[in-house]
Amino acid sequence: MDFINIFIKAAFIENLVLAYFLGMCSYLAVSKSVKTAFGLGLAVIFVLGITMPINWLINTQLLDGGIMGMDLTFLRFILFIAVIASMVQLVEMVIEKLSPALYNSLGIFLPLITVNCAILGGSLFMVTREYTFSQSLAFGLGGGFGWFLAIIAIAAIREKIRYSNVPPGLRGLGMAFLLTGLMGMAFMSLMGIDPAALTGVAGPK
Amino acid sequence: MADVATKPSSVAVKEPTFPFGKKEKRLITDPLGDNNPITIQVLGICSALAVTTQVVPSVIISIAVIFVCAFSNVLISLLRSHIPKQVRMIVQLVVIATLVTVVELVLKAASYEVYKQLSVFIGLIITNCIIMGRLEAFAMANNPWRSFLDGIGNGLGYGGILIIVAILRELFGKGSFAGIKLIGPSSEYALNTADSALLGWYAPNNLFVFPPAAMFIIAVLIWIQRSYRKNLVDIS
Repeated sequence: MDFINIFIKAAFIENLVLAYFLGMCSYLAVSKSVKTAFGLGLAVIFVLGITMPINWLINTQLLDGGIMGMDLTFLRFILFIAVIASMVQLVEMVIEKLSPALYNSLGIFLPLITVNCAILGGSLFMVTREYTFSQSLAFGLGGGFGWFLAIIAIAAIREKIRYSNVPPGLRGLGMAFLLTGLMGMAFMSLMGIDPAALTGVAGPK
Repeated sequence: MADVATKPSSVAVKEPTFPFGKKEKRLITDPLGDNNPITIQVLGICSALAVTTQVVPSVIISIAVIFVCAFSNVLISLLRSHIPKQVRMIVQLVVIATLVTVVELVLKAASYEVYKQLSVFIGLIITNCIIMGRLEAFAMANNPWRSFLDGIGNGLGYGGILIIVAILRELFGKGSFAGIKLIGPSSEYALNTADSALLGWYAPNNLFVFPPAAMFIIAVLIWIQRSYRKNLVDIS
């Protein structure tokens, strides 16, 4: 049950993009068309869903007193980012092989998934919230799914808004910033809802 | 034959780079305006939202980013022909992480108070996409001197936007500038405007402290920039 609650919370309530404003660069730059946004979104789900459990293992088994009781937590940043970089490198090779068109349209923003703060941020949230293995998997998949939904949403809005009479200076990127700001304000009001407390049996005091 | 063909061109590329020519100048000036990392290239947005609630941290982070961006560009440019494509991201990140650690240690030694306040944001420079973005887009294909200038230029362009946004957010969100209270109803004023009819009426707006406000401010900056430079308008 915990798995589903954490998934829903990560995807819809504490959305990494719209509530925490993480992973903004690729979100804004690649959201020109739904098709490329879809590809990048899937890549992010994959990378988040796979790096989170790996980083959980590294953090609990190696860093936190795993090796002869030594406290190696100062290596956390470097090891987490190395895992993420190698996963992204893998994704890059796969996409280059399977879909050269998507590879070309993503351009520089494919390698930049490595420094997508949503991914490192997710791993660091996992540490501070002390998730278990299955919880961190749920958080990774849910967070990735939320990121995916957010980039699809903004890409769809931007495709529609292209036909509107927007002032020339705001066309494209400017509107994307404004829309994300508005969506973020809407998500601010969802903060603090806990799906686990909504079961109806015993409400919070 | 191939040697003969490549030699003159490599000399031709190298020669005009050493002096501070027109092209080198543009490497610095372009990111300040027409090729700004934040408003045009869309790099480094996350930190621009996180750091800019106050002016002082923004200035320090800008300086750190200029340093890391310039020197990681130089290092990767020196290494660029030795890095296999399959592991280039890890190599780039190791270089970035090393430089960020250097910045962190220098700051720790120079001013421990500031370090305690900013250590989280300094760590996040590793995931600032402007640095890896410039490595991928520029340093992997250019010589060290030009990469250095490109790093400085992009760092400055980034820092400029960061400081503008921070000034606006701190002024309207907290009624202060660099920690000094300026406007709004309070007793700790530098200019003692508390009772003056001119500025004392302003109640600080908390929305400016939240990230959406930074999105709106950057959108307005983009609007202003593109109204003056029509060639930057998005036609797609």
